[in-house]
Amino acid sequence: MKKYILVFSTVIAMTLTSCSNDDPEIINEEEVITTLEVTLIPQGGGTTVTLVSRDLDGDGPNAPVVSVSGALQANKTYAGSVKVLNETETPAENITLEVEGEGYEHQFFYTFSNSIATVAYTDQDKNGRPIGITFNLTTTSAGIGNLTVTLRHEPNKTAAGVVAGNITNAGGETDVEVNFSLTVN
Amino acid sequence: MKKIIFVLFCLNSFWIFSQNCTYTLSGIVVDFHDGTTIDNATIQIKNTNKFAVTDSKGNFVIRNVCGGKIAIVISHIGCKTSEKRIVIDANYQGKFLLEHHSETLEEVSILGKTNPKKVSSISETLLSKKVLDNYSSGSLGDALKEIAGVSSINTGNAIVKPMINGMHSSRIIVINNGVRLQDQEWGIEHAPNVDLNSSESISVIKGAGALAYGSDAIGGVVVLHPKNPFRIDSLFGSTITGFQTNGNGYNVATSLHKTYQKGYYMDANTSYKRFGDFKAPDYFLTNTGSNSLGFSLNGGFKTFETGWNVFISSISSEIGILVASHIGGIQDLVNALNSQQPLIQKEFSYTIDNPRQEVNHFIAKVNYFKRFQGLGKLTLQYDFQENQRFEYDRRIGENRFIPAVDLNLKTHSTTADFLFDANDLWTLQTGTLFRFQENFANPATGVRRLIPDYQKIDVGFYSTIKHQYSENLSLDFGVRYDYNFYDVKKFYQTNRWNALGYDVLFPELVIQDLGTQLLTNPKLNFHNLAISLGGKRTLSEENSLLFNYTLATRPPNISELFSDGLHHSAARIELGSLTLNSEKSNRFSVSFLRENSSFTWQLDTYATFLKDYIFIAPNGTEQTIRGAFPKWEYRQTDAFLTGFDLNLQKQFSENWFYSLNTSYIFAQDTRENEPIIDMPPFQMRNSIRYQNENWKNFSSALISEFVGRQNRFPDFNFEQFIATTNSTVLVDISTPPNAFHLLHLKNTVDFDWGKHSKIQVSINVNNLLNTSYRDYLNRLRFFADDLGRNFQLQIKINY
Repeated sequence: MKKYILVFSTVIAMTLTSCSNDDPEIINEEEVITTLEVTLIPQGGGTTVTLVSRDLDGDGPNAPVVSVSGALQANKTYAGSVKVLNETETPAENITLEVEGEGYEHQFFYTFSNSIATVAYTDQDKNGRPIGITFNLTTTSAGIGNLTVTLRHEPNKTAAGVVAGNITNAGGETDVEVNFSLTVN
Repeated sequence: MKKIIFVLFCLNSFWIFSQNCTYTLSGIVVDFHDGTTIDNATIQIKNTNKFAVTDSKGNFVIRNVCGGKIAIVISHIGCKTSEKRIVIDANYQGKFLLEHHSETLEEVSILGKTNPKKVSSISETLLSKKVLDNYSSGSLGDALKEIAGVSSINTGNAIVKPMINGMHSSRIIVINNGVRLQDQEWGIEHAPNVDLNSSESISVIKGAGALAYGSDAIGGVVVLHPKNPFRIDSLFGSTITGFQTNGNGYNVATSLHKTYQKGYYMDANTSYKRFGDFKAPDYFLTNTGSNSLGFSLNGGFKTFETGWNVFISSISSEIGILVASHIGGIQDLVNALNSQQPLIQKEFSYTIDNPRQEVNHFIAKVNYFKRFQGLGKLTLQYDFQENQRFEYDRRIGENRFIPAVDLNLKTHSTTADFLFDANDLWTLQTGTLFRFQENFANPATGVRRLIPDYQKIDVGFYSTIKHQYSENLSLDFGVRYDYNFYDVKKFYQTNRWNALGYDVLFPELVIQDLGTQLLTNPKLNFHNLAISLGGKRTLSEENSLLFNYTLATRPPNISELFSDGLHHSAARIELGSLTLNSEKSNRFSVSFLRENSSFTWQLDTYATFLKDYIFIAPNGTEQTIRGAFPKWEYRQTDAFLTGFDLNLQKQFSENWFYSLNTSYIFAQDTRENEPIIDMPPFQMRNSIRYQNENWKNFSSALISEFVGRQNRFPDFNFEQFIATTNSTVLVDISTPPNAFHLLHLKNTVDFDWGKHSKIQVSINVNNLLNTSYRDYLNRLRFFADDLGRNFQLQIKINY
């Protein structure tokens, strides 16, 4: 009987000594998108408008901070471009480059309430379909409304209306969805 | 040389012929366990007609025994016949041992059907090899649904977790060949890593009463038994191969068993299965393919007195997750809910793309036992398990090849048990457990850890007593204490830590402040007590009544304490809570059993009171750059569960059989006064079978499966502003799907192949009418219908 107790306690001792307790390595999220920046440059002169949404804690409890630099002019076309960044890293990682590299499986959508403006894509993926990193934004008459910028991963670009910028049939998975309140004067 | 042998031979025969046949052989025959004498045992000198029968005191005398080496055969009704060799050169007096225990009987029983029950006052249901063979290509969760009261909670059709009376995950213990599985308790996406093909039978014990296994099995215990070795020189095996139309799946499983009369045995099992995309009645379920490779070796030595066992098992599986279920935000969830079909549908393919899981599970076990005469049986065991889990997400760029979850879980367990079975009326089992577990979450994922690094120590002690009070009443009592110690190293986002109020509650846990993140070192202790008390009353030869009360305590598991992140298929942020304490369960159960050759039924009823029941429920929403997400937090409440499980089997005539399985559960949150989420609805399974042994054992069964709609559910719906449509919508994540009724057909026929081999061919059709349905307990019910019609051909060869 003693023999078994001895064997048993040896096994326990072996399992105990196998412990090691080093501190784990910190993980800074690599592909998290913290920031979306839309730059609108008016054609034929005027004030550039920038729209920024920044959420430095990613999926953390803090809400994104949204800012709009100013009002848009009515009946004007703006050359638009969008950037997505990971600002938890220094220098900030420009994720737009990866989106562009895989442009055929990404698309930005610009959706307005109150028909304050329309967007026409000015870029193309390798299949000749838009990505939406660059675009022309044309305002209509004065008013206020919301712009929702959505980045979809693996949308169905062949579905009805999708190449024209209509998100309804796009499907896919949302990577970014940000709302801006806009004023058109 | 030959001459010498010849001379020796002659001398030898001369010695035999001249032997003295005047010796007396006498002695006493006693029971191995308790030393009581055995009367009416027969003692025979092998190959002679000399024998004697023991008297009422166990004594016997055989006179005129010849000198030399003789073999004595001792036999008794209900005992294993034993043989002993002795040398007679004078009058011989000795003590001879016989074993007469049910466990012993089982070892020699060719049927090998009965596994001794762990707790006699709790109903225990056994699934035989014959039933398990039907699920050769399926999973543990699928097979267990044959038992009334057992359902499953699924993520698609490949990740199936058993659910006993509404309880699952860490409320259920799964024991595979004596080893408690470590990996499957955390979440609904962690299916138990077992290969059904390597098990001979499975028993399910409802409730926590089987204290030898643990104090935390509030739902119950699932025990997978390996093949019981026979002590005969034999080599046999079987191969199962199957094909099925849904998923274009195929599977092969082979097992070989080698046994020796001396007690050595070796089993080898290997199995492989592969499926492509499964199909709902109307569309393919894109990226639901899977494949799995299993291998196990179980060998050792076993006699009545002593034995050892070495078990090694390895399972690797790769499982695709329905691609349409991976969503990025509430807008996507709303789109999925509004669409009657998955939003991504492709043609059939065997390709498994992201999101997917890759899981490897390895078990090594050594076990030793020895019986001590007049006392009982000592069992010592050490086992090691390693679970390596990768989960791949839909990620951008090169990251798609890097897993988003990379967990390595190692567990060492040692147990020592002593069974005192020397006394027929009193059986005492006592034991101790020591377990060390370590989890490592690889930082190379580039994604914040879902499950933190931790080390865990469990120490447990238990004792159970069974007492045969009278011929009609047996009683059992058990008590168990477990101590759990968690040593966790977790990074919290500083914002999250403060938002949860931990900066005030647990400031001492922070060991390093890294600005946006805090490294914390929670050390948690849990003391858990379990008590089980019950009896079995035999009412008549066919009827009996079981009653039991069990108190069980379960510590919160790692995911309940530390979950922290976005859950993609649920579009919600899940947060654990450091303030949880152990949940306590008080369960009363009464079962009626009727066993008759043509009519058997079993009714299990229970009432469970749960204090501090841990569950996850929504608590507000959080804004992120992907839009708003509901935030779900683990919290505690009190709950009351009651229900019944009924199993009925009737043989109408020589060829016609009927069976019914039905169960209902009522579960209420008694603090909030609302139903508990994810409880199985009423279900009923009727089966009519025709079997004719004269027609090559032809058997055909029609099975009707009805699952009701769960009308009792908590309302966790929420309103969400959808910017693109500039409107607020109600996101209905609570309403259960409608009731459904499915028909299945099972046919088998046996053919002889050569002298010793047999081929069994089965042709099954699942979901015969190709009914579209969604199951409340399938996490992917928001996104797609369940499986459509499936034709299965399975061939089993025994050789």
